[in-house]
Parts: sequence; C-alpha cells; structure tokens
Amino acid sequence: MLNEADIIALVITLKLAFISTLILLLLGTPLAWWLARTRWKFKFIPEAIVALPLVLPPTVLGFYLLLVLGPNGPLGGLVEAAGGRPLAFTFTGLVIGSIIYSMPFVVQPLQDAFNAVGQRPLEVAATLRASPLDRFFTVAVPLARPGFFTAAVLGFAHTIGEFGVVLMIGGNIPGETRVASIAIYDHVEGLQYAHAHWLSAALLVLSFLMLVAVYGLNRRFRLVQQ
Amino acid sequence: MTIEARFQTVRGDFSLDIDLKIPSSGVTSLFGPSGCGKTSLIRAIAGLEQHSGGYLKVGTSIWQDNDYFLPPHRRPLGYVFQESSLFEHLNVRRNLEYGVKRINRKDRHVALDNAIDLLEIGDLLTRMPANLSGGERQRVAIARALAVSPQLLLLDEPLAAVDVSRKQEIIPYIESLHRELDIPMIHVSHLPEEVARLADRLVLMESGRVTAAGDVHELFTRLDLALAQGAGAASIIEAVVAAHDTKYQLTCMAFGGGQITMAGIDLPVGTAARLRLAARDVSLTLEHQSGTSILNIFPAIVDGIARSSDAQVMVRLMAANVPLLASITRKSADELQLEPGKPVFVQIKSIALLP
Repeated sequence: MLNEADIIALVITLKLAFISTLILLLLGTPLAWWLARTRWKFKFIPEAIVALPLVLPPTVLGFYLLLVLGPNGPLGGLVEAAGGRPLAFTFTGLVIGSIIYSMPFVVQPLQDAFNAVGQRPLEVAATLRASPLDRFFTVAVPLARPGFFTAAVLGFAHTIGEFGVVLMIGGNIPGETRVASIAIYDHVEGLQYAHAHWLSAALLVLSFLMLVAVYGLNRRFRLVQQ
Repeated sequence: MTIEARFQTVRGDFSLDIDLKIPSSGVTSLFGPSGCGKTSLIRAIAGLEQHSGGYLKVGTSIWQDNDYFLPPHRRPLGYVFQESSLFEHLNVRRNLEYGVKRINRKDRHVALDNAIDLLEIGDLLTRMPANLSGGERQRVAIARALAVSPQLLLLDEPLAAVDVSRKQEIIPYIESLHRELDIPMIHVSHLPEEVARLADRLVLMESGRVTAAGDVHELFTRLDLALAQGAGAASIIEAVVAAHDTKYQLTCMAFGGGQITMAGIDLPVGTAARLRLAARDVSLTLEHQSGTSILNIFPAIVDGIARSSDAQVMVRLMAANVPLLASITRKSADELQLEPGKPVFVQIKSIALLP
C-alpha cells in the first residue's frame, strides 16, 4: 500500500502540476496567440526557445536553473535580497522549473489551435463591431477550446512525469519538494520494490487516464506534430 | 452620399492603384477576373486590409487618411464573406445577435426580426451552423450583416461558395435588400450573370486598376469593353410588366424604347423586372418587316460598330435612351451600310427575364 510519505509525495506532485498548469495557461495563451498571429520574420527564434525543453536533457535545464535560482544566481539573489528564501530547493523553485520544462506542451497545442481558428472568424467578428480583445475572448478562445483542453492535460501530465529537473533543483525535501517520481527513485535505491510498485502504478494509471481523455475528446490530436 | 477611395500599393507582383468616386446608393459591383484587385479593394474599404497612404471617405466620415485609420470594428458597415463565415460555436440565433449586441440601441435601424423575415431564416434559429446547407448558411450570414444596421453593405462574392441551384435561391434575397432597405451595397463578382442581375453601377477592374466605371446598362454595351465582346455579350433592359395575354400565354413588358412581348411570366402588372437581351438574338432590318413570326420589332438608331471577329461585328444601338447590342455578320453590316446615326429596326428573336 501507499504509505503516508508516498501520499504526501503524490499530493505535492499534483499540487505542483496544478499550479504549474494554471500559470502555464496564463502565460502560454498570450504567447501562443502572439506566435500564431505574428508575421515577424524571426518568430522561429522564440518558437525554438519554447521547444528547447523537448530536446534538452532535463539535467541540463535543471543545472542552469540551479545556477539562476540559487543564492548566487541572478533570480535567487534578487529574491534573497528582497528578504525571501533562495528559490533553489523550494516548492516555488520547482514551480518555476516545471513552467519552463512543460512550456512546449502547453504553447504548441494552443498555437496549433489558434492557427486552426484562422484569420476569417476574427475578421468576421471585426465587421460585427467586436474589438480585438472582444474578438479574442468571444471567438478565438471558444473556437480553440479543444486546444486549451489538450494544453492543460499535457502540461499537467508532463509536470507529473518530471524527474531530472526536480532532481537538480528540488533537493528531495520530504513534504516540500519530494515529488512522486523522486520518491519512486528513492524506493528503488532502497530496494523497497513494493512501495515503488504502488507509486508507479498510481502514476501509470493517472497518466493513462489523462491521455485517454485528450485523445478521446480531441480525435484528431497527435502528440508529435509538424 | 458618395464614397471616395484612393489606394496605391505595390506588394511583390500585386499592385493596387485605385482612385474612385462612387455614389453610395444602390448596388455597385466591382467586376473583374480573379486577381484583379476587386477583393483587395472591398477589404480595404472594410479596413480588413490596411494600405498605408490610402484615403477613404464614406459620406461625410473619413475612414482612412494619411496616418488615420479607423479600425474595422468602428466602421458602420456590414460584410458578407465569400465562403460561409458563421461562428461554428454559436447557433444561428446567437450568430445573428453577435453584432446586434455590440451596437448602440439608437443605431439599431434594422430590427433583427426584420432581417430574419427578409432572409426567411426564422425556422433555423436554434440550429448550429454545421447543420445548415450552403444556401442557408449564406442567408444567415447576410441577415447577420444586415442586423448591425450598416450604412454600407459589402458583399465579397457572396455566392461563390454556393452551388448553382442555390444561387437562384439567394439572389432574390439580395435583390429584396436593395428594394426594401435602401442600404447602399458594394458587391464583388467575377460572374457577368450575377452583375447583370444585381448591379446598378459597375466598376470594372483589371490588374489592380479601374478600367471603367459607370451605369451598368451603359458599361454592358460599351463596344470598347470586354463585356460587349465575345459570345456572352448582352444588354440589360429595365422593364415593367404592362399586361398579360392569357390567350397566348404572353406577357407584354414596357421599357424605355417601346414594348416587348415575351413568354408569359408570373409577375403582377406594374412589377419592375430586368431583362437580358443577348446580342446574338438581335437582328437588324432597314424597313419594318411585315409577315414575320417575330413579335418584337422596334426602331433604333445605330450608335457604333465594332468588329468582333473576321466574320462578325457588334453593333451598339439606341432604342430611345436604351442601349442595345446586336451581333451580326460583317457582310450584313456592309450590305445594310450601317453607320452611326442610321435608323434601323431591331428584331428580337428571344429575350429572357434575368433569373
């Protein structure tokens, strides 16, 4: 069975995924909208930056985050100077890491969805007196709804599956930064296979259900695109 | 009220060079082959395309001038797009209400119910766009554009995505807008039939330029323009149903140059209708023929002659103030010694009501 520490690790994992996904949707929506609409000829550069976590080893990402968020890093130092704790080895640090790590899984489905909406419905809305912001909320967002759903589930699922980044910047502090994937690693290291089984099975079922939801509700969805 | 538009743009191999002043009443059709810039022009008028340095004045309000650009959502216009452009996430009623909700109550001159009645879409209100036929979708789109009480209605090939039989279904609705609402319309088309049916005025375009602009009857019969050349050449005649001959199932139509008898049509006496007279259905004689099966013979004056092929010439005639075209052989033209100013008799083999 899952012991209390495992349940806490699962709760932290879900909390991390939930908060990260929420922030990712808030940040990713305007970014994806801009990427879908801009005619800037260098838009491939921000696109490449967003996609970078797809190919970068998580340890590399985690290493740089550690430098940036640690007490001597620019961001960590700033927070410390403002009277806060350095971000490395904190839950907040994990959220920041997850946001960067899962960014492509949120931005790309949103960008594809906005692209699929196309220019025409927005032009129609403009001729029906809708201002740009009005058009965005009453036309683009509702028409891109499957994309929002996909983005949210993928962002959430991918954050749950995060390991390397957490390992580098999380510090494995029980009750704060120890997430399920790290707990499984610990159990295996300690040869506690029964515990590893339960936790792994929990993650497996959870991840499978989320993907079933994405594919089931969004029939044309493909994880690997373009 | 007039519309003044000046746009000059060069983008790659596309250029737009427009300096146009059109009275903004009735229907003005922008007519030309695809790629001639007619859609760019109507989009520029709507503000959907921004051509820097352009000038656009509609009535007394400036919509674009130098650095000033009134964004499309602030322009009091209605726009019907080429293909169905209904919001797929809203049902018909909510599509119709989308624009209405966004205009001031005092600017609502066209009641939504009125637009619904006019386009006969009352039965469709709860349906989703995905469950409508092409013709129904376009009728809803027209009603939606009307419901914002536009000062100017722009129609960008509204029938292009509708199949042929459905076109006949929609044209009467557009015509009725014209008759009943008195909203000036600018209409884009590449189909002569559509223009012949709807336009009061034509703006002919080619390679981003206006080649001719003016009254539709005039432009259809101008010998120097492509419309009056080729096999499809025809003149448009405004007529009124004068009488019905029930014995022979014929209808007598009065027009500026006299009367025309045609196969019986089902319209009440006094109804205005447009007739299309194909140039190849017109023959000319110097004297009034008797003992002929042809019912329609009336006098006209030769206005101009242009050679349309080695064997054929196109003759432009004036029957009183109505311009007509006749396509005859060059040999006949020589034998009759046709020249501008010469009186002739026009014989009409057949004439059709514009469908």
